[in-house]
Amino acid sequence: MTAMIEARGLVHEFHTKQGRTRSVVRAVDGVDLEVAEGEVVGFLGPNGAGKTTTLRMLTTLLTPDAGTARVAGYDVVAQSEDVRRRIGYVSQTGGVFSGARAGDEVMDHGMLYGRSRAEVEKRGRELFEQLQLDGLWTRMPRTMSGGQKRRLDIVMGLIHSPTLVFLDEPTTGLDPQARANLWEHIADLRTKRGATVLITTHYLDEADALADRIVVIDQGKIVANDTAANLKAQVSGDLVTLEVADATRVGAAAEQLRSLAGTVEITGSTVSGRVARAGRAVPGLVRELDRTGIELESIEVVRPTLDDVFLTLTGRSLRDAEASAEGSETAPDKGADQ
Amino acid sequence: MRFVRECSIVFRRQLRMNLRNPAWVIIGLLQPVLYLLLFGPLLKPLVTKFGATNAYTFFVPGLLVQLGIFGAFFAGFSLIGEWREGVIEAERVTPASRTALLVGRLARDVLQLFVQALILVLLGWALGMSASFRGVVFGVLLTLVVGGACAAASNALGLATKSEDVMAPIINMVMMPVLLLSGILLPMTIGPHWLLRVSDFMPFRHVVDAVRSGFGDNFGGPEIWWGSGWAVVLCALAVWWGTSTFRKEN
Repeated sequence: MTAMIEARGLVHEFHTKQGRTRSVVRAVDGVDLEVAEGEVVGFLGPNGAGKTTTLRMLTTLLTPDAGTARVAGYDVVAQSEDVRRRIGYVSQTGGVFSGARAGDEVMDHGMLYGRSRAEVEKRGRELFEQLQLDGLWTRMPRTMSGGQKRRLDIVMGLIHSPTLVFLDEPTTGLDPQARANLWEHIADLRTKRGATVLITTHYLDEADALADRIVVIDQGKIVANDTAANLKAQVSGDLVTLEVADATRVGAAAEQLRSLAGTVEITGSTVSGRVARAGRAVPGLVRELDRTGIELESIEVVRPTLDDVFLTLTGRSLRDAEASAEGSETAPDKGADQ
Repeated sequence: MRFVRECSIVFRRQLRMNLRNPAWVIIGLLQPVLYLLLFGPLLKPLVTKFGATNAYTFFVPGLLVQLGIFGAFFAGFSLIGEWREGVIEAERVTPASRTALLVGRLARDVLQLFVQALILVLLGWALGMSASFRGVVFGVLLTLVVGGACAAASNALGLATKSEDVMAPIINMVMMPVLLLSGILLPMTIGPHWLLRVSDFMPFRHVVDAVRSGFGDNFGGPEIWWGSGWAVVLCALAVWWGTSTFRKEN
């Protein structure tokens, strides 16, 4: 398989000035990234981690301060025009003017790739149908729903039949139904069009559902790069939570769970701990609890999530990382993610 | 060929959006028309004092340049709106020439200016302006070059500031000295010597002088060359600046 994206040591710095103090923020700090043809890769990280900045360098919109990248076989700096011809980019903000007619915008966009009017119109109408936008050709985006508008953005990104598609936070701000619907369309990019896809997200379930491989970025650096299953395997075990019917027996239950989990956490009448291969261990645990007469109110086994992975990798949960990014930073984060 | 095609795609798109919302075109035109109708009569008894014979032959060239400068200065505001919706980013990710992305927009601004200039000149004639035809053609052409320069600068400024709140005071700050030192309303020659010397450093004054000379069919003097030279230099500089902001918008 050939590499669609090959990035080495990408760096981008933002210079910010507050009053008289100048500071340099390394939004992207030495990113290496490889994506093979036909792969769907999830680029995961909290807001302000450098996802969008990396993407903008790979799509030739931003010149790297250091490092090199070849995208679709061409250098992003020296051969930017060849790169642009072969990639589709759906940015966070989209790219369709809200007061223009959807079909006009799609056609103008396609024609900027050098395609003929007839060809672009045919392809545009096909895409409208495939992305369930039939009948919206002459509508203005400002009268469309969030999901429709997002699908229209994807039509714009696909109008020139690119082999590599970049999607930047495609489902942010959508309701669950529209999100699930968009996921189907994103999955189709590979299955029906054979495209290679790089999708950034800060939703764990999204990366989990769509991507073959997940690259985790935090504070401008890649901190993990593996399949979702392997990443989850790094978290030691599944989370087993027991709720004891008689709160006075919680200590005894904790004792038994500890023999499997090592460390346990007790809150009120519940006790929880991480157990490797819980599916095999839990039946034995339940039998033992039953034998010693400890009655359970409930038992819950949760497979590790990517949130747990992020916590294991960085020592912070994804939500804390977002909160601190929003609280402390203003200008550099805006620059990095918009 | 490819460049022309790309320019025309951008131009058509801009024109379509303008036609959908013509309010700005009308507002832009209303201003010089009001000047002509409400300020022109005040000039009539004064023109002989500064060596002119016909108030409108004196005043229309100034208004023409004013229309070119100030109308075009506001072109950048619509660009900020487009940038905010991701349109500029979407265009920059296509292989289209960055200069074409700017020039297509300038073509729309220049066309709009041409229509406005035409109406202004026709109204001037209706009010009794006496100007030679070739002078008017020259004056309108020079106005279009200056207008293109100002539109390019305004687009560059819009893309550099990305905020109407930052851009509006900058435009205001630039507009005041331009209006006062260009001799648009009254000729600089009637003022004290020092003021005239200061206005020598205002490129737009030379443009106003050139258009005025043209209207008076006075093509022999140096004013024509000074004004044309400045217009071309300003236009080249502004297009270069505008293209470079489109090239690396961060």
